[in-house]
Amino acid sequence: MNAVVAPLIEVRGLKKYFGSGERPVRAVDDVSFAIQPGETLGLVGESGSGKSTIGRTVLRLLERTEGQVLYRGDDIGALSGERMRKLRSKLQIIFQDPYASLNPKMRIGAILGEALATHGLHKGAAARDRRIAELLETVGLRAEHASRFPHEFSGGQRQRIGVARALAVEPEFIVADEPLSALDVSIQSQVINLLADLRERLGLTMLFISHDLDVVEYLCDRVVVLYLGKVMEVAETDELFARPSHPYTQALLAASPKPDPELATERIALKGDIPSPISPPSGCVFRTRCPHAIEACARTVPPLEQVSSGHYSACIRKDLLSPIAA
Amino acid sequence: MTTATSSPRLVVDSLSTSFPTEDGLIRSVADVSFAIQPGKTTALVGESGSGKSVTSLTLMRLLPRTANAQVSGGARFVTREGRTVDLLTLPEREMRALRGNQLSMIFQEPMTSLNPVFTIGEQIAESVRLHKGLDRQAALAHAKRMLDLVEIPAAAQRLHEYPHQLSGGMRQRVMIALAMACDPTLLIADEPTTALDVTIQAQILVLMRRLQAETGMSILFITHNLGVVAHHADDVVVMYAGRVVESAPVRPLFAQPEHPYTQGLLACLPGKARQPGQPKPRRLFAIRGQVSSPLAPPPGCAFEPRCDHAQAGCATAMPPLIDIRLDRQARCTRVQPDAHLARLA
Repeated sequence: MNAVVAPLIEVRGLKKYFGSGERPVRAVDDVSFAIQPGETLGLVGESGSGKSTIGRTVLRLLERTEGQVLYRGDDIGALSGERMRKLRSKLQIIFQDPYASLNPKMRIGAILGEALATHGLHKGAAARDRRIAELLETVGLRAEHASRFPHEFSGGQRQRIGVARALAVEPEFIVADEPLSALDVSIQSQVINLLADLRERLGLTMLFISHDLDVVEYLCDRVVVLYLGKVMEVAETDELFARPSHPYTQALLAASPKPDPELATERIALKGDIPSPISPPSGCVFRTRCPHAIEACARTVPPLEQVSSGHYSACIRKDLLSPIAA
Repeated sequence: MTTATSSPRLVVDSLSTSFPTEDGLIRSVADVSFAIQPGKTTALVGESGSGKSVTSLTLMRLLPRTANAQVSGGARFVTREGRTVDLLTLPEREMRALRGNQLSMIFQEPMTSLNPVFTIGEQIAESVRLHKGLDRQAALAHAKRMLDLVEIPAAAQRLHEYPHQLSGGMRQRVMIALAMACDPTLLIADEPTTALDVTIQAQILVLMRRLQAETGMSILFITHNLGVVAHHADDVVVMYAGRVVESAPVRPLFAQPEHPYTQGLLACLPGKARQPGQPKPRRLFAIRGQVSSPLAPPPGCAFEPRCDHAQAGCATAMPPLIDIRLDRQARCTRVQPDAHLARLA
């Protein structure tokens, strides 16, 4: 990693447990990563891996249980309500469901204007309307759409409005929480292009949460693979997809069918389901489904160790390090 | 068991389904024709609103009566006894004898398609008691065999559990066990893996393949996931706005799609955009705009407003489905019919 540039976001030993008492749900259990300015970091994993919880905890939409989230070196979790509110204009989120995340009773202009008013940006009706028109055009809609209600738009258009709302306050960092999964394929590629364009034009830093490996491969610079609240593997995108090191990443890649009947898919059958985060397996959390698990896997929690430059994997089976060809 | 000369198990012929609404008649499925061979999988592919689910519900006669669906066309199904029946006109009593027996269906949501107040054993047993006339004891024994068949561990114990006690993947296995209980010859699977994670999806797809190889059943696989289609279908029917726009065997369809919509769908996939050893493209291909409202369909080709290859005539008349080769069809004016086929006609 480049040591010269300070990361924009740094997550250190983050834990988020739900419920108190003896057996909380360990949704996120000791996760660390950093995001450089201008970088898009992908967070992948299956349901229950904790990826959405991380996205929300990073933005302090959920309070962490333990650990730190640093924005430009400052711990977000320690900020007062007042300072946090100010900071929120720098940190934004795009939600998964464009049907549930827009208030059905508000016109689009009011939805976007509310974000501006909260942060005291573009004051005065004329300036505000100009900014709203500009935002709508930025995401490929038209200025006159400001007077319409959410139900008048299709799913893809609603997701564009969600993007415009996140952009309204000129953020530096955006958490995109499965922003494409509610959209049809032909609309997905429109929104992917929009996100890629905006990222380039506005120099945005992104945490891109997704279960769709093809989209992550296309859009992200680096990828963090999660399983049951823990990081299994971190690497640059090309490296991860070409030389997956962790057995879970290998299985995940093999399970995702490529849209080409000529490509033979390698099958790595994973037994069973993801275990309950209330009582995660001892040692390596993946061992109950891992085809390569040995006795020692139950005893130690494998640390994240370097495989090659910038490529880290949490697996004690070093003898398996002959990565499968993609 | 199946040979190349065997006749199709199901022939859908000019199927149309329309719904009268306050705002006018909505043609959800218009003039759809395709065939499913014994032991083979035909995938019905399309985006939301393309009519793929309405097609399956029409074939199973499961559309709610209150929808007042207007159905026309034919669906000739060859029964286990070798009789050919039209699923659309069969008397309800006979249809009920086929449904869940020779014809069965798996739905997208394993959560909502199982009854929460009965154990899974009772739900599987119900269908064999009804269709095969087994007594309670024998039916439960059969239910246990079905759970073993779909690789549910500790089947004897699971038999007495309720749907909420199972994970999503397990519930979908139960749905498959339920659908397979009477050894159907045609299984309609409507987005059976959409609600599941990829590693669980892979398990379910392998299971469905194994069951198909063992029983010789045909599968109508409804999905929007082209990755799944590429590896699990024999034939593909692509739908757009209620009509078939292209149909072909799976390999030629992916190698050389003929309809601009199919071409666009494949081109806009991020997993397809990148060829091995080459840098990723700067922009993904995107099909512009969105599907037209079913209340105000364009006068000509339904895809014309979004098509990069549209010509003057495209906006005036719906092009017919043209035979390109014996096993390939596409609904586009740019497509050239096979010269040999044209001479035969």
